Amino acid sequence: METWNFNSLSIGDSIPPLIMEPISRSMLALYAGASGDHNPIHIDLDFAKGSGLPDVIAHGMLIMSYVAQALTNSFPQTMINNLEVQFCSITQIKDKLTCSGKVLNLIHNKKEDSIILALNVINEDGDEMLKGTALINMESP
Amino acid sequence: MLDRSLIGKKYPSIVFKVEKQRLQFFAKATSQADHIYFDEAYAISKGYPSLLAPPTFLTTVGYEQDKPYQYLDDLKIKMGRILHAKQGYTYYAPIYAGDTITMNSEISEMYDKKDGALQFVVLLSTYTNQGQIKVAEAISTLVVR
Repeated sequence: METWNFNSLSIGDSIPPLIMEPISRSMLALYAGASGDHNPIHIDLDFAKGSGLPDVIAHGMLIMSYVAQALTNSFPQTMINNLEVQFCSITQIKDKLTCSGKVLNLIHNKKEDSIILALNVINEDGDEMLKGTALINMESP
Repeated sequence: MLDRSLIGKKYPSIVFKVEKQRLQFFAKATSQADHIYFDEAYAISKGYPSLLAPPTFLTTVGYEQDKPYQYLDDLKIKMGRILHAKQGYTYYAPIYAGDTITMNSEISEMYDKKDGALQFVVLLSTYTNQGQIKVAEAISTLVVR
């Protein structure tokens, strides 16, 4: 894991993108079990169709966990102060997601330096599934 | 229209024991690659007291009850009609395997867009550990299709 240093960062810098395996039904079933989110819209095709959807859809929180992982690959998790996302589109089965982040702002304070990152997740067609921000706090050197 | 008199409604506390196996299962289900989320000895070698709960793990706490969707019943919303619109976490302290987390939730806000065609419900949850330290706050926004 490469840990980023505040002084070596510039606005616009990107964290290494994280590319996930295409979303599969078994990934959604596994996530339903691990998270406890048993909403059948994610795991039961009949229920999804009955709710007016063509197929089951991915859990938004699974997609958020991926973008959080892109973040923790670059910064120790304990430095993350805030993580906020908006789910822009429904993630479908077979979507191949890429999670990205880039530096939006750098704030230098006496006690603490802060980094604000813009985050997003797109599928292979470039459709935005999620966008958000993260606030990273690190002690000033 | 949703019943806005339910704004401010609080739900019973949920007490959740953070177990190692559950953290490992969650890490696997989220395709986590970093060993600090799987291997306790490795996490300790990196300076953590045990396995660290990843940033979105707190989502599991709210499902550890008989009726995790009680608020949908209260609001008379069919489960198949809701989508997750937004999620935010503010973190105050890390959560490790062995911790006991208490979650308190309430319906904090409701609003609509497009002349009521889209209705939003906001849930605010706070999480406290066994030392009565507030570890995180979550804001979940759901949209009713």
